Amino acid sequence: MTEVFAEVAHEPGAAKQDPIVIADHVHRHFGGLTAVDVEHFEVQRNAITALIGPNGAGKSTFFNLLTGFDRPQRGEWQFNGHSLVGTSPAKIARAGKVRTFQLTKALNRMTVMENMRLGAAEQGGENFFKALVPGLWKAREQEITEKAHVLLHRFKLYEKKDDYAGSLSGGQRKLLEMARALMSDPEMIMLDEPMAGVNPALTESLLDHVVELKNEGKTILFVEHDMHMVRRISDWVVVMAEGRIIAEGPPQTVMANPAVQDAYLGAHHDSDLSEEDPS
Amino acid sequence: MDILLDATTAVFAPATAAFALAAIGLNFHFGLTGLLNMGHAGFMLLGMYGYAISTSRGAPIWLALIVAIAAATVFGLLLGWPTLKLRGDYLAIATISAAELVRYLGRSNSLQGLTGGSTGIRGSDFKFTFEELSPLPNENITILFWTNHGSLSSSWWLHIVAWSAVALFALLFWQLARSPWGRVLKGIREDEDAVRALGKNVYSYKMQALVLGGVIGAIGGVLWSLGASVQPDSMGRPTTFWLWTILLLGGAATVFGPVLGSMLFWMSLVVIKGLASTFIPSSVLSPVEIEPFSLVLVGITLMVLVVFRPQGVLGNKRELAFND
Repeated sequence: MTEVFAEVAHEPGAAKQDPIVIADHVHRHFGGLTAVDVEHFEVQRNAITALIGPNGAGKSTFFNLLTGFDRPQRGEWQFNGHSLVGTSPAKIARAGKVRTFQLTKALNRMTVMENMRLGAAEQGGENFFKALVPGLWKAREQEITEKAHVLLHRFKLYEKKDDYAGSLSGGQRKLLEMARALMSDPEMIMLDEPMAGVNPALTESLLDHVVELKNEGKTILFVEHDMHMVRRISDWVVVMAEGRIIAEGPPQTVMANPAVQDAYLGAHHDSDLSEEDPS
Repeated sequence: MDILLDATTAVFAPATAAFALAAIGLNFHFGLTGLLNMGHAGFMLLGMYGYAISTSRGAPIWLALIVAIAAATVFGLLLGWPTLKLRGDYLAIATISAAELVRYLGRSNSLQGLTGGSTGIRGSDFKFTFEELSPLPNENITILFWTNHGSLSSSWWLHIVAWSAVALFALLFWQLARSPWGRVLKGIREDEDAVRALGKNVYSYKMQALVLGGVIGAIGGVLWSLGASVQPDSMGRPTTFWLWTILLLGGAATVFGPVLGSMLFWMSLVVIKGLASTFIPSSVLSPVEIEPFSLVLVGITLMVLVVFRPQGVLGNKRELAFND
């Protein structure tokens, strides 16, 4: 277990040593269905935190709430000490918290290079009037392009840089989405099911990339079903079920928690059904 | 031979330039940003009204142009404000009804004094400021086979101004489409949530594209009216669909697509009309039926073309092939 978590209690909503994200009383319901009802949640800075839970646990909704893509009925949450209540997704991204999507959103009819450039921040040429005068943005464009080259080499997409993103394989699109998110030098990266649909040959390199991001000082929060990935790379695991956080702990022990087993397998998974159901 | 002459006349007619210009505006909407504007004729009509009404009340030409541009800007802002936060289809519904609203308001009796009702505004009421600017002689001029007046109505002067405007806005499109601004718009066309996640204010960009394309449409409308008159029913739904045809035929998201599309569209209309009136006896198809008949044929020709060449004449096959 990583040292920063040594003192952290193995219980839902545990306080972290140096939290980058803090959420309180976040509640989101759709009609009569409560999708998310989180009392307290913290994400440790410069660590890899996994958010897991059975289908319908509210992980993706919680993810959308934290990134501004959905609005809760009530609750407050902050990033780096700044409240993000009512903040638009674009502003949250500019504040240094970027996300990827479960269904990969590569911009298919743009080249890999253009995808990358779009991820960059502080390109003045994205302003309409400055766009009319190439002299005002060409220099920055050059810097962005060089940065994109470095990232594309790292993610082994350099040879594909002039191809349309739509021609990449599913796994390559995941890599592209991750690389594109890194163009703006975010502090925190939120990955929504990074392994979904990725060919096993690419899984290892994707895992390595995530660990490498942590080594560079970034914070990672990811939603995942693949327990192999969760055990391999995460420092801390948060388990959700029915909209609530039901357990937290290091990956080695959290799955042994009875609440987690109940959530995944049902509360009566140990009892003999034949006694209750004589047919 | 007459048909050939008519065809070339149509290719370079100011009306062709006006439609090319309006299609360039639509290209900003659809080709770059993916906005489904189904009411582009409304922008054109508003531009025409803004220009003609202010000129007939004594405004100089520059002021009349500003009024036309302002009318389209306000229209774009009003349309975009409630609809651009929603998904694409809502914009299509809102624009088609808003454009019809403009047309019905324009032709309503209660606005007779301002817009001239369903008869519209006569050319002599608003064309003079433009025609006075003409440096060309005030008489018919023949260049090779083509004869036009120097300054009046569909004049050589209007030819020059209209095609210069097309060149200017094609250049603007080229410059903006390759700029970082255009890149954000293309990203929005592909997936606006992804662009949002990258920190761009999608709503603002969509609004900019809607207003810019609408303003270009309004200028196209002004140029069109300078060769004809302001007539609300000439800017109904068919005009919008012709513009879409022109854009898709030439190739969306390309610089010259709208220009080539407009030329091909108007040329084929003239050619089919000419051939039909030459070869089909009037006992089978009376002269009044030729116009709708040729429109039907143009429609079929274009359907065939779009089915077999979905990217348009100048479009990029690779950009469309991956559309899933």
